[in-house]
Amino acid sequence: MGKIECSCDLIELTELCGKDMATRDAYGITLVELGKKNPNIVVLDADLSCSTKTVLFRKNFPERFFNMGVSEQDMIGTAAGLALTGKIPFASTFAIFATGRAWEQVRQTVCYSNANVKIVATHGGITVGEDGATHQALEDVALMRVIPGMTVIVPADAYETSQCIVTISEYYGPVYVRLGRAKVPAVMPLEYKFRIGKSHVFNIGKDVNIIANGLMVSEALKASEILNKEGIHTGVANFSTVKPLDEETLLEIAKKSKLIITVEEHSIIGGLGGAVSEFLAENYPIPLRRIGIKDTFGCSGDWKELLKIYGLTAQNIVEVAKEFFKK
Amino acid sequence: MADIAFLKEMAKNLRIEIVKMLALAGSGHTGGSLSSADIVTALYFYKMKHDPKNPNWHARDRFVLSKGHAAPVLYAALAMSGYFDKSLLGTLRKINSPLQGHPCCKSLPGIEVSTGSLGQGLSVANGMALGLRLDGLPSRVYCLLGDGEIQEGQIWEAAMSASHYKLDNLCAIIDHNNLQIDGCCSEVMDVSPIDEKFKAFGWNVFNIDGHNMEEIVEALDEAEKIKGKPTMIVAKTIKGKGVSIFEGKVQYHGIAPTKEELEIALKELSNGKN
Repeated sequence: MGKIECSCDLIELTELCGKDMATRDAYGITLVELGKKNPNIVVLDADLSCSTKTVLFRKNFPERFFNMGVSEQDMIGTAAGLALTGKIPFASTFAIFATGRAWEQVRQTVCYSNANVKIVATHGGITVGEDGATHQALEDVALMRVIPGMTVIVPADAYETSQCIVTISEYYGPVYVRLGRAKVPAVMPLEYKFRIGKSHVFNIGKDVNIIANGLMVSEALKASEILNKEGIHTGVANFSTVKPLDEETLLEIAKKSKLIITVEEHSIIGGLGGAVSEFLAENYPIPLRRIGIKDTFGCSGDWKELLKIYGLTAQNIVEVAKEFFKK
Repeated sequence: MADIAFLKEMAKNLRIEIVKMLALAGSGHTGGSLSSADIVTALYFYKMKHDPKNPNWHARDRFVLSKGHAAPVLYAALAMSGYFDKSLLGTLRKINSPLQGHPCCKSLPGIEVSTGSLGQGLSVANGMALGLRLDGLPSRVYCLLGDGEIQEGQIWEAAMSASHYKLDNLCAIIDHNNLQIDGCCSEVMDVSPIDEKFKAFGWNVFNIDGHNMEEIVEALDEAEKIKGKPTMIVAKTIKGKGVSIFEGKVQYHGIAPTKEELEIALKELSNGKN
């Protein structure tokens, strides 16, 4: 899997640093910037452009925007065809439809052909909120991660999202990016440079290290503050790229940890927790806890309430860590 | 002008290569490869602008074999065009062969996209047609579908899209042999009337005899003149066409000729019973 340097001028995107913003909003803004610089960027959507924020690209470059209607399978296939003629298609819809409804199209047509399609899905995870279980993708990372040749990225905030979108436009190959609906706190520092397959370590703890991505990075940072105050030395790393996993950094962290906790807004099966467990079980088995959705469907409600109900808060992370060290 | 006699001879040669490679492989899809041999011949040896020496030439016409199980007909056409040595045909379906059971674009030059899971090719062809149009190229995209294949829902999503985006640089062809694995299409899941359905979806439709070279050539030429909408050529064909023991027999959908059957096939094909 190639790792590339970002040649695009990121200066203007640094404006997103420190901004609390939904990652889908950062996506919409960045796509327009990309569209100005690269005439080969094309965008497809399946009747959700106002929600995925591709509407901004649509307004600026109508001739390069293709609304495929409510037909995700056709959208993914069309994106592959555009890619095979040298375009760089970004295909967007909700995560559940991009990865669930169109899974076989992603596998057969996109990945088996190594078509240069960027699937950027919004509304990943439980924070979709009121729409409920049918629209809350809790399995998308697992579904994409299992396909050979697919790169899987879950950015933590607006700043990382914008860098990620620019970077993947310059990388050849299929990529899945999972974005969210809700406004998320800014966590990535100004000097941060996104690289495919490279994690960002905020700090390494002597007792516990939290491996998180997406919205859960900010919860992990809050948890580490609490734990450090209570005498449990805690570190946090943002593993935004789930595949290819940054195994080198993970091993380095694991060697310094008494406990690893993975935290993700996704099923504990097959996502970040799955990837980390698989690697550590084979290479450096140490105590590990996975925090995520525990093999269940979501439900309707305010997204902040849902995070509490499903155990995806800093407080839950603190409890899991304290429980371990009590023994 | 098309050299019809040359094309008929070429179709015969394609059929000979098809039965030979399938018999060597010991498995594969005989019926649907033979039924589409005349159509594929007309595309590769008459209609399409392509360069076997430069398979990635950007302005080439594209061919998407949506019914990917008919891989042998595509492999035969590519080999006869000069994309690779004919001796490779003998490796079909074997370990390490670039000739996979269903076409893989990563392993073989000339394959535009990996296919085999039915119903996905028309969307890809649409995407190619959009991409070529964005580049201002006159290049055309051809897509071969099976009649059983159009039972897949994605085909109808793509049928809507092609019409919505007025893809007049797209020409799809249905190899309408009326047989699928479990029997007659009309009995398994009736797809008729195919022509009326595509007309209702906004397509220009031609009905032709898919084994009449003059009709195939004429339809492909006429399709190029149609502006503002995609064209669907519904080509009435016979599954296993060219070999009497395979013709119209559903059991030859997914099995290869035995040694004895190959002898009969080669004799019939060489005698020009086409």
